Parts: sequence; C-alpha cells; structure tokens
Amino acid sequence: MRKLLFFIPLVFFLILGAVFYSQLGKDVQYMPSALVGKKVPNFTLVSLGDDQLYTHKDLPKTSYLINFWGTWCPACHVEHPFLMTLAQSGVPIIGIDYKDQKDSAEQWLEQKGNPYQMVLMDEMGNFGVDMGVTGAPESFVVDSSGVVVYRHQGVINAENWPDIQGYMK
Amino acid sequence: MFPEIGQFSLILSLFFALSLASVPLVGYWKGNRLLLESARPLTFIMSVLILVSFITLSLAFLTDDFSVLYVSQNSNSQLPVWYKFSALWGGHEGSLLLWVLVLSGWCSAVALKIRGLPEDIGPVVLSVLGMVCVGFLSFLLFTSSPFARLLPDVPADGGDLNPLLQDFGLIVHPPVLYMGYVGFSVAFAFAVAALITGNLNASWARWARPWTAASWAFLTLGITLGSWWAYYELGWGGWWFWDPVENASFMPWLAGTALLHSLAVTEKRGVFKSWTVLLAIFTFSLSLLGAFLVRSGVLTSVHSFAADPTRGMFILVLLLVLVGGSLLLYAIRASEVRSKVSFGATGREAWLLLNNIVLTVLTLTVLLGTLYPLIFDALGLGKISVGAPYFNSVFTPIALLLMVFMAVGPLSKWHHTPINVLFKVCSVAAAVAVLSAGWVVYYYEFGFIAWLSLAVAFWVVVLSFSDWFSKVSAGTKGIIPRARQLPRNYYGMLLAHLGMVVSLVGIVLVSVNSQESMLRLSPGDRATVAGYEFQFDSIEQVKGPNYVASKGQFTAYQADKTVAVLHPEKRFFTTRQQVMTEAALDAGFTRDLYVSLGEQLDDSAWGVRIYVKSFVRWIWLGGLLMMAGGLLAALDKRYQRRAGV
Repeated sequence: MRKLLFFIPLVFFLILGAVFYSQLGKDVQYMPSALVGKKVPNFTLVSLGDDQLYTHKDLPKTSYLINFWGTWCPACHVEHPFLMTLAQSGVPIIGIDYKDQKDSAEQWLEQKGNPYQMVLMDEMGNFGVDMGVTGAPESFVVDSSGVVVYRHQGVINAENWPDIQGYMK
Repeated sequence: MFPEIGQFSLILSLFFALSLASVPLVGYWKGNRLLLESARPLTFIMSVLILVSFITLSLAFLTDDFSVLYVSQNSNSQLPVWYKFSALWGGHEGSLLLWVLVLSGWCSAVALKIRGLPEDIGPVVLSVLGMVCVGFLSFLLFTSSPFARLLPDVPADGGDLNPLLQDFGLIVHPPVLYMGYVGFSVAFAFAVAALITGNLNASWARWARPWTAASWAFLTLGITLGSWWAYYELGWGGWWFWDPVENASFMPWLAGTALLHSLAVTEKRGVFKSWTVLLAIFTFSLSLLGAFLVRSGVLTSVHSFAADPTRGMFILVLLLVLVGGSLLLYAIRASEVRSKVSFGATGREAWLLLNNIVLTVLTLTVLLGTLYPLIFDALGLGKISVGAPYFNSVFTPIALLLMVFMAVGPLSKWHHTPINVLFKVCSVAAAVAVLSAGWVVYYYEFGFIAWLSLAVAFWVVVLSFSDWFSKVSAGTKGIIPRARQLPRNYYGMLLAHLGMVVSLVGIVLVSVNSQESMLRLSPGDRATVAGYEFQFDSIEQVKGPNYVASKGQFTAYQADKTVAVLHPEKRFFTTRQQVMTEAALDAGFTRDLYVSLGEQLDDSAWGVRIYVKSFVRWIWLGGLLMMAGGLLAALDKRYQRRAGV
C-alpha cells in the first residue's frame, strides 16, 4: 500500500500531460461564440462623452468593430495604440468601457486619444454577459446588417488584424 | 559559411550529448572505470561545441548577416551594436540556444567540481545532465534551428528587434533568468543520480546544496530584473502582473526555495529524504513547464514567443520523458527509503516542514491559477481567464503566514526546542511588531492589510536580530570574533530573510502610499502630486539611431527646490512602425518620481501621467539582498572543504 503512494506524483503528472496534449494546436485566440451569426443583442447604455442613453438602433449601419476594454486591463494598454491607427485609417470602432470607472476611463481617452466613434459604459458588465465576453480586450466584428460575424479574444495587433479585417465587409 | 559552422557544431554537440547520456551509465552498470571517466571529457567537448555555435550566431548578428532568417527577423542594420548582440536572445530560436549554452555551462561547472565525489556518482550526475542536454539540443535542432538561411534572396535589411526589448533590462534579464532556471537541472541530476545509484543518504543533499543555492540566487536576480524592467519599460508603472510568463519563472522559484530548505534538513538530520528528492524533480519540472507554457502557445500572454504546436508537442514529449521517467524512477526507488530519525513538534525540522508545506501550497496556488484556464477549456467548460484578483487574494495571506514561520525557524534547535524559551522571545517580538506597525499605520492612516504586513515585517526583523544576538553574545569571546565565526551559510540565510522583509515593506508601501495622476498639461504648466510640484518645461523632437521621438522636459520641485529634471519620451520606431513610451524616472530610496508621456491632445497639450511611488525600490532591493544571501550560502566554506570527501 505504502508503495503505491509514491506513484501519486507520476499519476498527477500524466493527467496534466494529457490536458496539455488536448490543448496543443488549439488556436487560443479562437473563442467559439454563440453570438456568431446572430444580431447584436438589444441594449440601452450611457455614453461616456455626453451622458446620453443609446440603444442598439444607434449603432453604425456599416460594418464595424465592437471593442471591449477597460483602464484596469494591462493588455488594453498594449492594444490601444493599434486601435488608434485603425481609427485613423477609417475603421469604425464602438468602444464598450467594460466594468470600469467613468473618470478613469475619461482620463484614459483624454490622455491616450480616443479611437472610438462612440464609447458606451458597461459598468456592471451586463452587456458583456449578453455578448458572452470572457475578458478584456475582446472584440466583435459586426456586418452591415447588424449580425456578429467574428469574435476575437485578446489584443488586436498588426499580425492578427488582416484576419479580422477579412470579416469586415 | 559561418552559419553552417554553427549548425554543424550544434549537430556534433548533440552526438557528444548522446554519448554523455549513455556511455557513463553503461560504465556504471558494468563497473567499467574507463567508461565512467569519459563523462568529464565528453561534457567539456559538448560544451565547447555549443559555445562555438553560439559565437557563430553572435557573429552573424554583429555582421548583419541577413541571409540568416533568424537574424533578419530580429535585427536591423540601424540597431545599436549592444542590442545586435542581445537581439540573439530576442526570439524563440536564439533564446533556446542561449538556454542550451547556459545548460552546457552548468554541466561544465559540475564536471570541474565533481572530482570530490565518489567515483561512481559524479559520472552518473553528468550523464543525467547529458540526457537533459540531448532533449534541449534536439528540440533546438529539429524544431527551431536559428541558422536557417534565406538563400538566394537575401533581404537588404532586417525586420528589427521588438522595441520593447531594446533595453538594458533585456540584455541582462534572460541570461540571468536562464542561469537560475537551468541551474535547477543540476539539483535534479543529483536527485536522479541518487535514485539510480540507490544512494539516497544525506550526502547527495550536501553535494546538491551549493548548486541549488547558486541557481536560486540567479533565479532571484533574474525575476528581480524582470520586474524592474517591466516597471520602467512597459510604461504603466506596475511591477508584477501575474502573467503566465512571470508565473512560469515564479513557480520554480517558490519550489526552489522549498528545496533549499528541505535539502538543509536532509543533510543535517537525514529526514525528509524522499520528499527532498521529489522536490528536486518538482522544481526542475516547473522550469520545463515554464518553457512549455511560454513556447507552445497553449496560454495567452502579453510576452510569449510565437506559438507553434510542433514545438509544443516536442516539449511535451521532452517533459514526458524527463519528468515522467524520473517520477517513475522515484515511485520505484523512493519507497525503499525510510527515515530512522524522529523529531519533536518544536524542533527546527518541524518548522522547516511547515515552511515546505506552505511553499508547496503557494507553488500549487500559482500553478492552479496559471493552468486553470487550460484545464477548464480541456474539460469543455468554456474559456475563462484568471487575473490578478485571484492571485492577490489567495497568495497574499499564505505568503504572510510563511513569513511568520520564517522568523521562528532559525530560533529553534534541531530535534527539540524548549518551548518556554521560544515562547518568551516570540511574545516580546510579537508585542514589538504589533505596536510599532500599529504606530506607523496610525500615523500615516494606512489600512488593516498594511498593518498586518508591517507587523509581520517587524516580527521577522526583531526575531532575526535577536537570534543573531543570542548567537554572538553567548560564550566568553567578544561579540565581533564570535560574529566572524558564524558560518557564511548563516549570514546567507539572515540576508535572504531580511531581503524578503525589505521586499514586503516595498510591496506594502507602494500599494498603500503611492499617488498617481493623469493630467492634461501644456509646456509651462505646473501640477502638484504628493507634495512634489512638477513643471512641464518643454517638448522637442529628437532623433535616435532607429527611431524618432518627442522628448519632454519636466522639473520636479519640493518646497521650491529642484529635486529632479525628467525627460520622458514617446518613441516612434520606423522599421516596425511601432510607438513606445519611455517613462522618465527619478529613483530614490523612499520614493520614485515617474513621469510618462501619453498622447498629444492638441497643439500644445499632452496627456501626462505622473506617479509618486513610495518605497518601490525596496521591492528590488529585497531581491538583491536575497540573491546575495543565496550566493553567500552557495559559497559557504563547508562545501569547499568537504568537496574532497
């Protein structure tokens, strides 16, 4: 009996190895989303700039990007400069300030620049739940008919942008 | 021509590694002395070949040989020469070559020192190290050769080194970190050699101790450098992010710390024998796991290497062979070992056992947090991320508990400590700690956690000092001669423990006493942050070797006296079209002034971030003290004298 105890570390290690094996080769950026192929859920959110209420009817009629971000999220700092260049090249981005505080978000945009056409506050994260957001930054491509066509988890950068752009028609 | 020489000598070194992994072992089983003695020359030749290969790649970088794919991806003719050299380890392939070089360096060091060991053990240790070398060399050669060429279409110039990595911190951080990481394979080799030879007595622990202490010291320095680099280079003033890559270096550190203490018990008292062997395997496995997580792309991280499932598969196989094999060996052999010595509940053994349990729990906490998203996904439960809140809330209380025990361990005696003596010292220390921390917290209006942490800090300082004092004041000789007689090992421990305290104080104060503001400023404007007045003097355009920058000048005043002039920059790297924020720092013993430029808001106004960070240097000062402690322990005379046993 005592001898079997010494096999415990090996067993644990083998289980862990199996987990690793199952995860290899999976695209970690790929997030299956139940939303893909469906319309953007209805919402009523306050805009960061002018404190007005906006609903899904106010979203752009062209293809655009929804970007979840927050000042609390280190990776968003990394992503932000690239969003600025995207905005300059004319990509419409709707920002969702996710689980954040209003004044720090305002400070952030004032200091680092604002790449968003519209920034909506999702303080409680309810819209995030509707969209099935797992963390920030996370982005969705919405086509001109208002249907979510792609979801990207993590930082958008020069390397992965061409793939994402492919969905923007 | 030169890159081919590099590739060729790498292939040759693999053959020598294969021989090293097999010939001495055959010698051990056959009892053939000649085969056993081949271990040392094989090690040396293998190391020289790897060094040749490393030098060839360095030359390719220094001479801008863009026909080499790896060079063209990570360097540029405009890059300053010292970054050309360090660009070698800026990507996956080169950093792996550095890893192999460091590994061969440790192998040679062991080969040089091994003469003191019994004739059959030294070669077996080297042979186990040879197996580790085979694993990494074949990983390098079969999946990630840094010598692949771009012929005949040689690019005119290279893609440049990632600007984040163009920094002094990156020149030194990876080599030092790898020294630590890879160094634990020496302790692993000793443990496995002990399992193979069945020689699981206290002596293997004595041989492994200085090596473990040295690698621990390097790893400590490496992590400290990494944290310092993130602080000034990433531009948002944080010093630890619980990123998977950081955790990958932190887990072996925690396990290595446990190993260091458990080796001491095994050596001195002959208990925890099989546990110590397991810890040595565990620590090494965590180093390998770190390499796997960083290089296979199974986890997302801000600074992971380009993901590649083939590489991931290779490391997984490597993990399976090395770790699985050694754990199997452990399962078969360790059950035969029984400790005959017993110890009391108040003995130092008990305190060190407690230390080991807490450190193991801490390691598993970090491991769980790091792997949780992976396991969650593998079970088909969806994708989640585990962030700083989990780590901070789970890790902090356990770490504080560890530090409470840390102070008591050295006070206690082996086997059994008179409980009333211990109780007396501890209650005095507790009173001093609680009251002085209470005073500080009351005076500066900090919260409960700050009070608790500072009390722990005072507790450790008081107990450490009283232990030292009781050791030097006993006996008839004066204090100074007695203080000199205490072994380096003891002072190493004292330094490392005090280093923990210094880091703790830094961590607490930087989190409760720092002031941060994000401001909109134009040249000429002034702003006050935490009693310092900052004036935005001017901003100008400057040109660097491979970037153009907006460079601001800020003067900080305190009570109308100039304290510092700061030059934060916003750099635009032309080759990679990437913008980098270079924060300006005025480092001080009790505070850092930190100014970083945000975006230009209009013609004159800039978004400016100003931090006054309290005691932030103490975090890294503590790391340096711990490293010094580790080195001191590694250099203890006892190991050198006994090397001949």
